[in-house]
Amino acid sequence: MTATFVVTAPLMILAALGILVVRKAVHAALLLAVVMINLAFVYASLDAPFLFAVQIIVYTGAVLMLFLFVLMLVGVDVSDEVTESIRGHKVASLLMGLILAVIVLAMIGQLSLGTMKGLATANAGGNLEALANLLFSRYVVAFEATSALLITAAVGAMVLAHRERTEPRSTQAELARERVRAYGESGLHLGPLPAPGTLARHNAVDTPALLPDGSHAKQSIPAGLHGHPKNGTAIEANHD
Amino acid sequence: MTLLDTSGTLADFGQDTWWVILIKVLLVFVVCVVLTLFNIWWERRVVARMQHRIGPNVHGPFGLLQSLADGVKLALKEDLTPTNADKVVFVTAPVLAVIPAFVTFSVIPFGPVVDFFGQRTPLQLTDLPVAVLFVMAIASIGIYGIVLGGWASGSTYSLLGGLRSSAQMISYEVAMGLALVGVFVYSGSLSTSAIVAAQGDLWFGLVLMPSFLIYAISMVGETNRAPFDLPEAEGELVGGFHTEYSSLKFALFFLAEYVNMATVSAIATTLFLGGWHVPFWIDHVWAGANEGYWPVLWFFGKLFAFIWIFIWLRGSLPRLRYDQFMALGWKRLIPLSLVWICIVATVRVVALENGFDPRWLAVPSVLFTIGMVGYLLSGPKAPVLPVFEAQGAFPTPAMPAGGAVRGAAAPLTFPASIPATRSIEEAS
Repeated sequence: MTATFVVTAPLMILAALGILVVRKAVHAALLLAVVMINLAFVYASLDAPFLFAVQIIVYTGAVLMLFLFVLMLVGVDVSDEVTESIRGHKVASLLMGLILAVIVLAMIGQLSLGTMKGLATANAGGNLEALANLLFSRYVVAFEATSALLITAAVGAMVLAHRERTEPRSTQAELARERVRAYGESGLHLGPLPAPGTLARHNAVDTPALLPDGSHAKQSIPAGLHGHPKNGTAIEANHD
Repeated sequence: MTLLDTSGTLADFGQDTWWVILIKVLLVFVVCVVLTLFNIWWERRVVARMQHRIGPNVHGPFGLLQSLADGVKLALKEDLTPTNADKVVFVTAPVLAVIPAFVTFSVIPFGPVVDFFGQRTPLQLTDLPVAVLFVMAIASIGIYGIVLGGWASGSTYSLLGGLRSSAQMISYEVAMGLALVGVFVYSGSLSTSAIVAAQGDLWFGLVLMPSFLIYAISMVGETNRAPFDLPEAEGELVGGFHTEYSSLKFALFFLAEYVNMATVSAIATTLFLGGWHVPFWIDHVWAGANEGYWPVLWFFGKLFAFIWIFIWLRGSLPRLRYDQFMALGWKRLIPLSLVWICIVATVRVVALENGFDPRWLAVPSVLFTIGMVGYLLSGPKAPVLPVFEAQGAFPTPAMPAGGAVRGAAAPLTFPASIPATRSIEEAS
């Protein structure tokens, strides 16, 4: 147990400090994963194999993966906003942090270091079986209440995020008909956008295609490249 | 079963001397790498046959050394790192993908307790009371490699691949976990060696057939193989999460995919096909079939059967659309496995309390499977579209009477009034 603790504890503290320091949210999430996996190793060394597996599956595998999912949607280069979005939340969080620090210090003050006690009786007949016995007899109400709470939260989130569809989703055939109608009425181009003039004179995708009269087909450049700082001027410079 | 005493229990593990452990670790590693080289060759040969080609047959006997040559070539290629990439994560990701794939093999039982260079030891690196949960935990770390690789590349294609992968992982891990719950409830254990021992005369593949099918479907999703290879969908995302990877880093992703394929096949074998037990009750005729090193052969036979199914799927099925894939996981597989777990738990309780043979579960198992397959294949009906509608100003060709032909067209018939073709002499 001691050897595992000596290896994992410094790693955990370093990673936890890193969460505060790193600039990108994804890096912070990754360091959090390091903390959680190391915590799982500590559980394993404390003869709690079930908690070890569940810690990794639930926290690292599911919760943090959801974090990452959301963070990745935010984008690669975005760093955190530094402006205060909720009024007075810096003061409030400072206050809360202080209270937490006082509580933690008070608890550490009363701590006496020793080895684990009563593990053999707790794990008698197998860690897994002992845990199941406790969960489904003595703590069954707390266990069920927690799961009810979690399900309520999940359903609540779904209800809040749900949008009732007021009109049926248009099918592919309807969309096609709509396009043809728009072409008939306003002459809107029926097919896909023109392809860029790649490989005609340059091999960059931001080379516009040429119209029959020699002018540039603006629509042939991907929309994302129009305002791109790297390419905005290049398009004009490249093509006379 | 008379041979249960060689099947091993948890007490058999953790007794090995250091050199036995070292040799076992080395063997597990070598087996994974050689399996990968073989599987790549096998997949190329089988898919080639399915497409009326020959496949690699030049280098080495039957072209067996082709994947070795390709691997060396891949390693010697230029290693590119995109400017936009997040360097540290970009390098870490392939390593994160490949290590968990190997680690999982440490709890797979290849055989019973054997005489190993004079030492009695089980043919399994180690076992835990929570071995199967450990496998799931390690698999969930492996997905980080793919997700982070997609994020760190700094490319839209990769990011989309990574996003898809994380969503896919979260969804299919649930179905997979629920499929495993059936095994835990029935066998009363989470350790792989005990689960194999519990399948001495009847495989869980039969007793828990719905769990087996659900696991088999979700394991294809977990390994990102066709038809569930959405994170690397080359038709949509170039290469998905590994678009920006090259050389050895790409090779690591490639290795991880193939080792993962072997890993999930090995787990499916262990949990549902009796692990290293000889199939078809051969041990009742030939008692030695489950002893010594023979079981290794049965184990790899079953493993290759799964790999072959992976290849077959890739050779024959198109990729699912993303929403179809998610709907299959959340709306079908998860509810079905919940219902099935209720049935298993009920039968188990009745069996434990009334001394009723739990193997009777095979009957509801087969019935439930038939219903489940019917339900999965039924699918939503295609919407009936209005056949013809005047489309305003745009000139459209006249539709055939009764609307456009949907499905197979009726055989062509010609009215008798058409004059017979005249010969050249008649015409002149």
